[in-house]
Amino acid sequence: MTKVSLVIVGGGPAGMSAAVAAYKAGVTDLLILEREAHLGGILRQCIHNGFGLHKFGEELTGPEYAARYAEQVKELGIPYKVGTMVTGITEDKVITAVNPTDGIMHIQAEAIILAMGCRERPKGALNIAGARPSGIYTAGTAQKYVNIKGYMPGKEVVILGSGDIGLIMARRMTLEGAKVKAVCELMPYSGGLARNIEQCLNDFGIPLMLSHTVVQIHGKDRVTGVTIAKVDERRNPIKETEQYIACDTLLLSCGLLPENELTKGAGITMDRITGGAVTDQSRQTSIPGVFACGNVLHVHDLVDYVSEEAEIAGCAAADYLANKQSERVDITVQPVGGVRYTVPQKITSAQDTTVYFRVADVFRDKRVVVKCGDRVISNKKKIKLAPGEMETVKLTAQVLAELAEGTITIGLEE
Amino acid sequence: MENKREMTCIICPRGCTLTVELEDKKVLGVKGNACKRGTDYAVAECTAPTRTLTTTVMTESGEVVAVKSNKAVPKELLFDCMKEINACVAPATVKQGDVVISNLLGTGADIVVTSYVE
Ligand SMILES: Cc1cc2nc3c(=O)[nH]c(=O)nc-3n(C[C@H](O)[C@H](O)[C@H](O)COP(=O)(O)OP(=O)(O)OC[C@H]3O[C@@H](n4cnc5c(N)ncnc54)[C@H](O)[C@@H]3O)c2cc1C
Ligand code: SF4
Repeated sequence: MTKVSLVIVGGGPAGMSAAVAAYKAGVTDLLILEREAHLGGILRQCIHNGFGLHKFGEELTGPEYAARYAEQVKELGIPYKVGTMVTGITEDKVITAVNPTDGIMHIQAEAIILAMGCRERPKGALNIAGARPSGIYTAGTAQKYVNIKGYMPGKEVVILGSGDIGLIMARRMTLEGAKVKAVCELMPYSGGLARNIEQCLNDFGIPLMLSHTVVQIHGKDRVTGVTIAKVDERRNPIKETEQYIACDTLLLSCGLLPENELTKGAGITMDRITGGAVTDQSRQTSIPGVFACGNVLHVHDLVDYVSEEAEIAGCAAADYLANKQSERVDITVQPVGGVRYTVPQKITSAQDTTVYFRVADVFRDKRVVVKCGDRVISNKKKIKLAPGEMETVKLTAQVLAELAEGTITIGLEE
Repeated sequence: MENKREMTCIICPRGCTLTVELEDKKVLGVKGNACKRGTDYAVAECTAPTRTLTTTVMTESGEVVAVKSNKAVPKELLFDCMKEINACVAPATVKQGDVVISNLLGTGADIVVTSYVE
């Protein structure tokens, strides 16, 4: 069996940044496995700009952002195999992968970084009445058609869900000559960034219908229209508000799910809320030497944070391989009052740690309070918090070392 | 005439809500911006709004490549720009950074390839 010190599964921004960070930290026996024909991940189809402001201080498009890392991978001579699908990972870090030239490969790794990204919630998961004619796509699939294959999936479009990908596609299809008739959002607020509502919908006069959903899809072979309705506080459609919109295409932008079949197959402990693995501050999972980063761990809205997280995982994998030990602590991070989840969920070493979290609803004028029992560690005022925007709190090495053991809670208070 | 206008700054993901005080089309003051770029955006938005355009261009091989305007173009010209770009066929060998249309519609912006092939 082939032996490799560090195998990175997935060659998107997370996998590439992790590989580059690990290489720079001294790991030279490493390999990236990517199932698509190119490195770059989902960013290859995200041709709009707005990436990299945080990381590079300039506005890049998705392919340009991905290229910055792909170029580093090439310059450093980091080995990678594209067109290679990982089909299994065992608890003892044996990776099974397959491609047309090597056939089936078994690789014994000493450390693994999981960077498989996420996929969109499939339409089957949505219970809308009516047949399933052609013309129904997830927004990401439509994005691939238009931006990679150069093919427009339809002319008159309704979009269900106001996540960023749906908003971006509303603008993209409008620019290519389609008429986007409405974006319906079940919740009373949008899951997308305010800037995308402004520049993708308002710029083109596309209505955003909050607290609305699609109740029926019409058409036999091809979509001919949809019936939409307003929903009440319990998100049940209100019959009297039903209205018909003629369209030939329905795009679904109903959120992303981390792609964790491999993670689960290896028996790694999962977080039910994030849909990703439970990790410590170094992004190490419940199996020592197996790390996770990027959208496979939790859905990020900004790739800049994906790269940051991947660097943490890459450096941690290098430390693991070099058998570096640091002062151990045993701290659980627990979301309370209004906070839905945190990443990491555990802290095992006393080092400066940024905890990412998401809130469960839209809140105004709240305090983000970090506590250990009754002791307040930090307390910061926030004018606005929304589920669509990831928040952070910082914990210092000193606080963690002092605490050593116990539970830190992160919650919202008046 | 004095009035107020609310807008979302689109310059960065923070998306500050800006309150702009106007007299006719002249900006008297901007509030709510977390950084200076917000003021510049508000002034541009009230006088001559511009947008960076990202789209694709057909190549001779029949495949599309992603492109962007290397400078923001006037918002009201977006659809005219699209027409111009969609009428263009680029050589099959273009690579990231290549200019496929220069000075698009006299806007001073070039259309530059963003796709990357390793
Ligand atoms: C349709 C869509 C649009 C998005 N648009 C934006 C946006 O506009 N702006 C933004 O900041 N973020 C956007 N995101 C979020 C975006 O995914 C992240 O910013 C970033 O791309 C995540 O990087 P990643 O490396 O974690 O995942 P990805 O980019 O998804 O990369 C994961 C890689 O792993 C590979 N892979 C998965 N499973 C296997 C396997 N079994 N074997 C081998 N390889 C495998 C995949 O092929 C892929 O290349 C979007 C996400 C999606 C799904
Ligand atoms: S004002 Fe500054 S911080 Fe706020 S959205 Fe605009 S660019 Fe970003």
